[in-house]
Amino acid sequence: MFWTNFKRIARTGFMNFWRNGTVSLASVFMMTVTLLVIGFILFGSAVLNTSLNTLRDKVDITVTFVPTAAETDILSMKHSLETLSEVSLVTYTSREDALTAFTARHQNDQSILTALAELNGNPLGAELDVKAKDPSQYQSIADFLQSQSTLSTSGVSIVDHVNFYQNKVAIDRLSSIIRAADKLGLAIAIAFIILSILIAFNTIRLTIYIAREEISVMRLVGASTAYIQGPFVTVGIMYGLLATLASLILFLPITYWIGKVTANFFIGLNLFSYYLHNFPQVFLVLLGSGAFIGAVSSLWAIRRYLKV
Amino acid sequence: MIFFDRVSKVYPDDSVALSDITITIEPKEFVSIVGPSGAGKTTLLKMLLAEEYPTEGEVFYESKNVHDLSKKDLNELRRKIGMVFQDFRLIPGKTVYENIAFTMEAAGRSDAEIEQDVPHVLELVDLASKVWNFPHELSGGEKQRVAIARALVNQPDVLVADEPTGNLDPVNTYDIVQILKKINDFGTTVILTTHNKGIIDSLGKRVIAMDKGKVVRDDKEGKYFI
Repeated sequence: MFWTNFKRIARTGFMNFWRNGTVSLASVFMMTVTLLVIGFILFGSAVLNTSLNTLRDKVDITVTFVPTAAETDILSMKHSLETLSEVSLVTYTSREDALTAFTARHQNDQSILTALAELNGNPLGAELDVKAKDPSQYQSIADFLQSQSTLSTSGVSIVDHVNFYQNKVAIDRLSSIIRAADKLGLAIAIAFIILSILIAFNTIRLTIYIAREEISVMRLVGASTAYIQGPFVTVGIMYGLLATLASLILFLPITYWIGKVTANFFIGLNLFSYYLHNFPQVFLVLLGSGAFIGAVSSLWAIRRYLKV
Repeated sequence: MIFFDRVSKVYPDDSVALSDITITIEPKEFVSIVGPSGAGKTTLLKMLLAEEYPTEGEVFYESKNVHDLSKKDLNELRRKIGMVFQDFRLIPGKTVYENIAFTMEAAGRSDAEIEQDVPHVLELVDLASKVWNFPHELSGGEKQRVAIARALVNQPDVLVADEPTGNLDPVNTYDIVQILKKINDFGTTVILTTHNKGIIDSLGKRVIAMDKGKVVRDDKEGKYFI
């Protein structure tokens, strides 16, 4: 009996979907808009995350040592930095490497190269690049460096300068932007998702409102609740499935266009390749949301007409 | 078989739809309920199907109180009572065949039974040629015959017809009454509400007259007058 009923419900659902063509089309359209919003929020958070991570990566502290500093002192400072829990990576650049990099950077600037040659020797100090696990931790790392900076074997400071204080304002601002963007992004995403679900829900409610007489007749001929609800839920799920298909197709040109226009702006992320790369996840999220919204809206909307 | 025991219905605005109604209906009876609009005829029928709840009193079907039935048992009961309405209430999105088949599906009948019984019952109401039409493609008389076919297809014990001829011309009215008589002759209890004097006079069956929510007359072989 279960399979017979299942078959009948599915058949009736398909038939109702097909026969109410215009209403079905309008509902699929509304549902597509909902899924597009959900998809955009998905992409938005990906873009935000990638951009913030890239920015985070670019922030660091450079400790420049005086040219006379002994390599052993520098390496011992590197070692003590690495023991700090806030530090994720310390990179050592020797005086020679610093000079090579400097020369390479200014290879087209003849006047600087001439000046360098006249100096007779390497005027650059060695450097330590320090990366923190989180941008908010640079202050404590800088404080640590401050307390260490006078130390050296000969009692003279080997640290020439720490660029944190020059960059402090930018780093602080970035940290607060990251925190705010995380919070705001979440709030906006939730608001938009709720809003678009409400719109889809209302559309489905209208289609069931049209069928309210029909539902009461079904009740009066003795049909069970599940048997009446079944076809409506089937139709709701069909709205979700078709809307998923429509949004997945629509996202191809949309992400391609956005990807092309904004590739430089969103550091290191092309939306189109992100979409293609994460297609299975996007597909599952949209399909799940679509089918869920369709089924739950139908169930919820039909409830009040079943009271007969 | 059906017993209304001192049933009253008062709506929240204090309007009285039924007042202290006691009626017994025996199996295989043909009962007509007459009375002006607002007399409480339709409310009485809704009580039987538990579409409305009484303010006082009880309604019994085969000695079970219909308002105490579980959802499942109520569905069972409604399958035993075929219902025909003045406004037909066919499902607009389903063909004639599907409208009737739906009732059988709801009762859990097999596909083979449905394929066999639907054409048969449509022949009974003389609509075999309209199987695949939608309700909006039918005349009023045809719609009502579909509604009767739908009410009959599960072989109910009782057929309740609420002013089934109210929207029909005299020829169609005559046809519908003949069908109802035929159904009663097969052994189905028929409860009919109507305004139509001609129908009542020609039937020569039991007539219950109602006015302002009360039973004013109950005659074994009644004529229409109040």
